[in-house]
Amino acid sequence: MDWTLFFVATTFALYIGIAIWARAGSTNDFYVAGHDVHPVVNGMATAADWMSAASFLSMAGLIAFMGYGGSVYLMGWTGGYVLLAVLLAPFLREFGKFTVPDFVGDRYYSTAARLIAVLCALFVSFTYIAGQMKGVGVAFSGFLGVEFNVGIGIGMVIVFFYAVLGGMKGVTYTQVAQYCVLIFAYTVPAIFMSIIITDNPVPQLGFIGNMAGEDISMLDKLNKTVTDLGFLEYTQTDKSMFDMFAITGALMFGTAGLPHVIIRFFTVKSAKAARISAGWALVFIALLYTAAPAVGSFARINFIDTVNEATYIQDGEDYATRAAEIKADGGKPIPEWYGYWEKTSLIGFEDKNGDGKVQFRGPNPPDGNENEVIPFSADIHVLANPQIANLPCWVIGLVVAGGLAAALSTAAGLLMVISSAVSHDLCKRTFFKDMDDKTELLVARGAAAGAVLAAGLLGVFASQLGFVAQVVAFAFGLAAASLFPIIFLGIFWKRMNKEGAIASMLFGLISTFAYIYYFKFVDTDPTNWFLGVSPEGIGFVFMWFSISIGIIVAMLTPAPPQSIQDLVEDIRVPGTRVSHGAADAEMPPA
Amino acid sequence: MSDETQKTNAKAYWKATIRLTVSLLIIWFAVSYGAGILFREFLDQFSIGGAPLGFWFAQQGAIYVFVALIFYYCWAMARLERKFGVEG
Repeated sequence: MDWTLFFVATTFALYIGIAIWARAGSTNDFYVAGHDVHPVVNGMATAADWMSAASFLSMAGLIAFMGYGGSVYLMGWTGGYVLLAVLLAPFLREFGKFTVPDFVGDRYYSTAARLIAVLCALFVSFTYIAGQMKGVGVAFSGFLGVEFNVGIGIGMVIVFFYAVLGGMKGVTYTQVAQYCVLIFAYTVPAIFMSIIITDNPVPQLGFIGNMAGEDISMLDKLNKTVTDLGFLEYTQTDKSMFDMFAITGALMFGTAGLPHVIIRFFTVKSAKAARISAGWALVFIALLYTAAPAVGSFARINFIDTVNEATYIQDGEDYATRAAEIKADGGKPIPEWYGYWEKTSLIGFEDKNGDGKVQFRGPNPPDGNENEVIPFSADIHVLANPQIANLPCWVIGLVVAGGLAAALSTAAGLLMVISSAVSHDLCKRTFFKDMDDKTELLVARGAAAGAVLAAGLLGVFASQLGFVAQVVAFAFGLAAASLFPIIFLGIFWKRMNKEGAIASMLFGLISTFAYIYYFKFVDTDPTNWFLGVSPEGIGFVFMWFSISIGIIVAMLTPAPPQSIQDLVEDIRVPGTRVSHGAADAEMPPA
Repeated sequence: MSDETQKTNAKAYWKATIRLTVSLLIIWFAVSYGAGILFREFLDQFSIGGAPLGFWFAQQGAIYVFVALIFYYCWAMARLERKFGVEG
């Protein structure tokens, strides 16, 4: 555990150091880091902003467990960047303001539209941040023996430092540091495991290579191993094709519509820089996302190898002597980490056939043995990974520091959305229009501090309810169905007006919320799903309705004023931005 | 440059941008939804290294193509901007 403490303490000291160095002096610094972040630096910050505790801690485990079905996360969470790069980011940067509600409110010349966008942004960001704070709590309590709530408290203090002091400027540079920590922490165990299993140091190549010292490909071997135990083949899925399609779509369009991702592209100098920056962001993200399926499949092989048919050792017994006895009898002792992780209830053992050995089985085991690994959480594949693969002690410490970096960097990005929604969109742009820059900066810091507190409480609260994984579907579904359509139409269709935008956002918000709520909490029977689409994928379906409704309503109501149409033409062409009438009267573009 | 030519240039530039965007999105769709989901079973009869091709597209290939698409977009847009005299 000493290594863990070392890595966590060192990285935290680094983040605080950066926070003190990168203080914000104006609202321009605080909201958009002065519009002058280098595209590559912003790409790195975006990657950390984007890759959350879920990407770092849960995704490979989910893929390990779901096999081909896990591809929805891989394609969905990377493909969204293509949409961002070609449909949104450069144009929003050319528009040249601070927040997503800024664009919605000014482009649709409407306070109501601005307020609905604020609501969407707040809702999406709060559901998302609860998961991050929970991740921080889990990392602290699972690895450092700190109590869950205290862990969240420590996380809050760290984020408080750089989000409140530095705003977007502080967040940007800490995110860069956090990206370096998290990608290193992810890659090192991946390389170790790839060498052990496939003899190839590049995980992406080991993934398509042969098992070390055998003449069978890693994936064939894995398919055979899992089907022998009664699981579905690794390269297959039991999801319907349409549902795969819809979930991938909801994640892609949701990614493109997430406010905390979009605002990162406001920090660069120009539309051109925003495009390049999106490319770099995806490069940095792809380093982790192409390694994740390799890590997932290696972890699945390792877990089955070490656990299945191993002789169990009770908690009270002396592990070393008992393990030696079992080995002497020609048996396989259960690895020591098993008992350690049993305490977290992520895994367990019920000896159903009374033979003292752990039988790990799927739903249709050919040998008729029942599964005895109960409970079983897919998260174990990543969390216990370094131990399963017998990696050196310091690697575990590195993974903890990486998980914390992933959670804190995403939390900070979300905090910026929440605080700017309050201080900028609600106060400055709606209720107190004559507030000066200094006061707004003060309010922004206050709002950031309040948001840190609220996020911490939400993390504590969410862990008690245990529904974080469920509500993440909300964030993507809502972003896809309510924010993406109106931003997209606002750029690509000049005729889109205020009435259409309001109708479209309201439809997306209400329908998606109702559907997810109903099928997650009221009626959990999948056979009742609309068109067979799961709550995770419904945002994609409702997005098309939302776009259609927006267009129909806009056609039935008057066209937007000429100044707005000029504005739309203006933001389509980089480097020509001038002020256009009422839309830019209150806040000139920069 | 007069205001009039600037306006026509902007119009032509936007038209070319849309054409480029649509072609890139067709590729974007083809490698993910197409190769990774709709035609996966057909593609799985081929393999790349030890992985079925459709499965590989869904877990690796699509991501590589996405990266290439964005950088190509940056390059092609810079070319369009030069061609139509729009500053980047």
